[in-house]
Amino acid sequence: MAHHVRTGYGDSDPLFLSKAAVFWYAVLLAGLIAAPYVIEPYYLSQLVFIMIYAIVGVALNILSGQAGQVSIGHAAFLAIGAYFTAVAQKHGVPLVLYLPLAGVFTGIAGYLVGLPALRLHGIYLAIATLAFAFIVEEIIARWESVTHGNEGLMLPPPSLFGWKLGTEGFYYLCLLVTVLVILAAINIIRSSTGRSFMAIRDSETAARSMGIDTASYKTTAFALSAGITGIAGALYAHKMSFISPEMFSLAVSIDFVMIIIIGGLVSLRGAVFGAIFMIMADPLLIILKDKVPVWTDAMMHGLFLPDTVTQAVQAGVLRVVNAPGLKSLIFGIIIIVFIIYEPMGLDGRWQRVKAYFKQFPLARQRSARPPRMFLKSERR
Amino acid sequence: MLDFTQQLISGVALGCVYGLIALGFVLIYKATEVVNFAQGEIMMLGAFMSVTFVTTLGLNYWLSFLLCVIAMAILGAIMERLVLRPILGYPQFSIVMATIGLGLVIRALVGIIWGTDDLRIETPFTDGVFTIGKLVIAWDALSIIIATVLLCAALYAFFRYTRIGIAMQATSQNMLAAYYMGIPVKRMFSLIWSLSAMVACAAGILLAPITLIHANLGFLGIKAFPAAVLGGFGSIPGAVAGGITIGIVESLSGFYLPEGFKDVAAYVVLLAVLLWKPQGLFGLNAAKKV
Repeated sequence: MAHHVRTGYGDSDPLFLSKAAVFWYAVLLAGLIAAPYVIEPYYLSQLVFIMIYAIVGVALNILSGQAGQVSIGHAAFLAIGAYFTAVAQKHGVPLVLYLPLAGVFTGIAGYLVGLPALRLHGIYLAIATLAFAFIVEEIIARWESVTHGNEGLMLPPPSLFGWKLGTEGFYYLCLLVTVLVILAAINIIRSSTGRSFMAIRDSETAARSMGIDTASYKTTAFALSAGITGIAGALYAHKMSFISPEMFSLAVSIDFVMIIIIGGLVSLRGAVFGAIFMIMADPLLIILKDKVPVWTDAMMHGLFLPDTVTQAVQAGVLRVVNAPGLKSLIFGIIIIVFIIYEPMGLDGRWQRVKAYFKQFPLARQRSARPPRMFLKSERR
Repeated sequence: MLDFTQQLISGVALGCVYGLIALGFVLIYKATEVVNFAQGEIMMLGAFMSVTFVTTLGLNYWLSFLLCVIAMAILGAIMERLVLRPILGYPQFSIVMATIGLGLVIRALVGIIWGTDDLRIETPFTDGVFTIGKLVIAWDALSIIIATVLLCAALYAFFRYTRIGIAMQATSQNMLAAYYMGIPVKRMFSLIWSLSAMVACAAGILLAPITLIHANLGFLGIKAFPAAVLGGFGSIPGAVAGGITIGIVESLSGFYLPEGFKDVAAYVVLLAVLLWKPQGLFGLNAAKKV
């Protein structure tokens, strides 16, 4: 894979790798700013969802990709941010205040969850975050005086300095927040905090012996990740304009982890790729649901099989296509296939494609193959 | 007092199921250092399979039980070979996600094959009760407790006296040393998965008379995590003891505390244990090497 050549301390981790990168990011930003005037409202709405998921992906990337801590309960942080927003808005707090406060409040919750993380690692942490998510979901469902329990809460449309934000206004708000969050995340990652996260990820004992306060950095990672997810939760609450406990279930947490698994754990770009994949999977599946029976029909007619076989196959296809659990079946298969065959995620594939064209006639499959991994025991 | 004892017994019965699922986690974790998040779904698959054998094919309960367990043993080995073997040695995070993916696939397949209605099977224990004084014990609850005891005894004997069992123990103590001693470690992994799928299947079939068989049965597997953690995640008696503790806590908190506590009691206990004694009540103190 092509590596960025560093010739001095100054460019050890620049914000942008090259002038070309600055140009292309500017083009992307210009495109996103122009989007409301160009694309249909449906796709604009999907773009907002992609941005919200991308923010969550960035949050999980900091926690799992950079600091190496597992969380399968991030929907709880999304819920805390969303409910904080709903309650704050009801009490007349302005958006400029409650949006950052949602992040701070959720960050504090994340810090508290991070405390057990000091003593736990790997699977224990995964299980602890899972338990936390269940408890939060139950508290939201039961604390009816504030959250209205399972009936849920309605949110009026957001307003900024007295103006009601319409669809476009909200889109720009999301775009602004997403860009700020990604810039902040890049800067965290290339600062000493980010370097410490990576050291902890690669070897906790080694990090500690280098003088890194692993305990405080682990809780920092949790607080940061939770805070960013809380901001995403605030946007999510406004996007949905209705929130209820079952919108923040375990399935949502798993969707969030899928973002970074599919996108790739290593880079923030992966979080965005993963978000695009997760959001666009739904409309794609709906299209496939309509098309697949038609395609099989055409194929069966081409094969000249006996009618009974044709009918049986068609019935089978229809049954599978209309099955209630089809989406989770496909998602489950996608998770497994990505982990086995594309452990670097979509971002890894993107890097390899880029490297192929850069080194054009010289690129070899073997140079891109990830190193073989061996089972390392965590026990003595 | 009578209420208390009654709740205690139903708690122990439920706890035994948690314990059996936790046992499956522990077996796999001990040997391969993988936490199988699909354990609950494997149990569910076993329960649904028993529906096919008992209700659809009309076989005898005991014969169906045997056939289910054998079928699950084969499926367990297949899952290990297809999903877990290729990612041996990957980061813990990837492996956890792969097993979650496996769980999603199993749940979806169960929904597609058996539908989403609640099902039930006729067992020799259905509706029978057993009374001591004023105490009423349902046969199905008792059957779970007895079966758990028998299963634990069988597993103990298996690990203590059989060649394969001892090889499995060696594998889980030190993989590399076991490999040098000529133990086929990879095959042991498959066997461990079979064994754990068999235990999960037995748990699922035993549970069937108490709760209906439905597509969300797999979520019980998540409740077995607290049991395994409480028991230290590496200890077989610990898993069963942890399961029984969780079962009792859940049953009593459902009876004495306001509504809503029953569902989260297990997780509150889990977080408390993790904060207070992260290596569990029966755990070994294992530090990670660099």
